[in-house]
Amino acid sequence: MAAANAVIRVEGLERVYATGKTEVRALQGVDLVVQPGEMVAIMGASGSGKSTLMNILGCLDRPTAGSYQLDGVRVDGLNRNELADIRNAKLGFVFQGFNLLARTSALENVELPLMYSRRHKGVDTRAAAQASLERVGLAERLDHEPSELSGGQQQRVAIARALVTRPSLLLADEPTGNLDSHTSIEVLALFQELNDTGITMLVVTHEPDIALYTKRVVELRDGRVIRDEAVRDRRVAAEDLGAATPLALAS
Amino acid sequence: MNGTRLVKIATQSIVKNKMRTLLTMLGIIIGVGAVIVMVAIGQGAKAQIQARIDNLGTNLVVITQGASQTGGVSQGAGTSNRLTLADFDALKRESTIFTGVSPVIVAPTQIVGGAGNWRTSVNGVSLDYQSIRAWPVASGRYFDDTDVRAMRKVAVIGKTIADNLFAGQDAVGQQIRLRDVPFDIIGVLTPKGQTAEGRDQDDVILSPYTTVQTRLSGRQFITQILGATASKGDIPAAEQEARGILRESHKLASYEADDFTVRDQTELAQAAQGTTQVMTILLAAIASVSLLVGGIGIMNIMLVSVTERTREIGIRMAVGARGSDVLTQFLVEAIVMSVVGGVIGVGVGFAGSLIVQRVTGWGTAIAPQMVLLAIGFSAAVGIFFGFYPARKAAALDPIEALRYE
Ligand SMILES: Nc1ncnc2c1ncn2[C@@H]1O[C@H](COP(=O)(O)OP(=O)(O)OP(=O)(O)O)[C@@H](O)[C@H]1O
Ligand SMILES: [Mg+2]
Repeated sequence: MAAANAVIRVEGLERVYATGKTEVRALQGVDLVVQPGEMVAIMGASGSGKSTLMNILGCLDRPTAGSYQLDGVRVDGLNRNELADIRNAKLGFVFQGFNLLARTSALENVELPLMYSRRHKGVDTRAAAQASLERVGLAERLDHEPSELSGGQQQRVAIARALVTRPSLLLADEPTGNLDSHTSIEVLALFQELNDTGITMLVVTHEPDIALYTKRVVELRDGRVIRDEAVRDRRVAAEDLGAATPLALAS
Repeated sequence: MNGTRLVKIATQSIVKNKMRTLLTMLGIIIGVGAVIVMVAIGQGAKAQIQARIDNLGTNLVVITQGASQTGGVSQGAGTSNRLTLADFDALKRESTIFTGVSPVIVAPTQIVGGAGNWRTSVNGVSLDYQSIRAWPVASGRYFDDTDVRAMRKVAVIGKTIADNLFAGQDAVGQQIRLRDVPFDIIGVLTPKGQTAEGRDQDDVILSPYTTVQTRLSGRQFITQILGATASKGDIPAAEQEARGILRESHKLASYEADDFTVRDQTELAQAAQGTTQVMTILLAAIASVSLLVGGIGIMNIMLVSVTERTREIGIRMAVGARGSDVLTQFLVEAIVMSVVGGVIGVGVGFAGSLIVQRVTGWGTAIAPQMVLLAIGFSAAVGIFFGFYPARKAAALDPIEALRYE
């Protein structure tokens, strides 16, 4: 595990929100290194800066100060277009609120990143989207629109969309926040399986139970890392669901 | 991202929001429809005037006294040099190109006969007049060579006069008194309708020019000389020849300007078409305003939809859409909607023109280049009015857009 191989290398990361007269210091010097193949839970109380950190790591936002290297390349200070290209090519992002396009089929939603891809020019986007949906166990729901899917299914469409460009890093901000506990564990089983195929994962959660399914926990408070430790007694979601539950996860 | 994917994204979005799309297109549909109808009416009027000019007679050359006037100022000094029968005789004798030449002596006259009084102009003309104007008689006969030479008091009357003085009876064989001189009606002309200026051409009496000059006019001058050629191509040469013959007849020195004017139908047509041209432009201008309003409608609805679709834009940006991709998507949506609106508008315009034609009886005509112009203009409207909302969408911040409720 040479340091140069880190997927994420963040040093002294700061983010200050200027709202009117008051300044909110959401991140106050975060240092974090994530190696390939890790599965990290980001924890902390509400307002501790978890989403702010994820947005910066996901290249949706830029830090006020500090450096961020993604796959060994500095990405803080890139312009809007360069960040858009990195989001498209290197990252998958999963949101608490799913963020699927309404009145748009699962297939078309998953196709979307490929539509904007500058690498996938000649690719059959339909076939790629279909394969990605099969990977998350939704082969039979291609033509369903978000309003015709359950919360767990919508989140799986969102995960399929995040995976369709074959990113090496998947970021999820409270992916189970809107799901019941059983469905949450199904999603975690999917995450664990994806992690087993080598995809690096960062999952924001404020539920300690969920964090037990990851390999490492990083806890924030007031924009600083106050805890960073490996998970002992790591749980396996597939086992918790019981052998009786079919998951239809093809790898 | 490539163009086809982009067009696909834009059309998906258009098809998914039918109501919004329809509302956006409505302004363009009405605008383009209005332009098409207005221009069709203008074109129809133009075609009608052309038909009336052709109705004057084909391949017609008109010679009038006095130099041609430009801006109301006479160019030559010899306005006192009138056209005379000597000019007519010279043309008749020397011209090799004209297939027919006729003088026209206009004598406004009070008529008494049949049902009562009527005031009209008696036109003294020669035999050729009938063929020059392509104006046969409906009943009776036209006067002949003997009538002309013997200065017989015979009259061929227009339909308006026949209808007014001899309603319900045969006018041929009846007598009318022109300035107390009795004339025999020998024929009734076929109806010709109105001139381009709206004058009733059938309100006329034709008589041998010899008779009119001696009995009614008493003057040596003639109002105009009409000539006809075998084909349109002969007209320039005929005009040239007529000019030469008349200059000689008027004994003009080489440095002197013409003291007469030779015109053909093209010039008459141009004068008449000028007015309709102005009318067409005016109508099109009024209709263009509605197209402009339609464009502002597109901008309005697109601006609203940028706000409404903030979350959608955020999602697209989160998965890697650049600002320029969003801009192009919105722009393509605007162009597709306005072009489709334009095409529908053309259809509406066609239907509208037909209705106008049915209801008012005006002729309408739709030029194909007008259709292309309307659709091209719609596309321009789409680009112009779609750009501002598209740029607004492209400038959104991805996180703020995603957080938007
Ligand atoms: N756009 C913003 N403008 C101003 N302040 C903000 C903005 N976004 C976040 N903040 C502030 O930054 C701090 C960190 O917010 P953040 O959303 O990162 O917290 P979080 O850990 O994700 O909380 P939660 O668990 O509730 O999602 C909070 O105090 C919040 O009020
Ligand atoms: Mg949060």
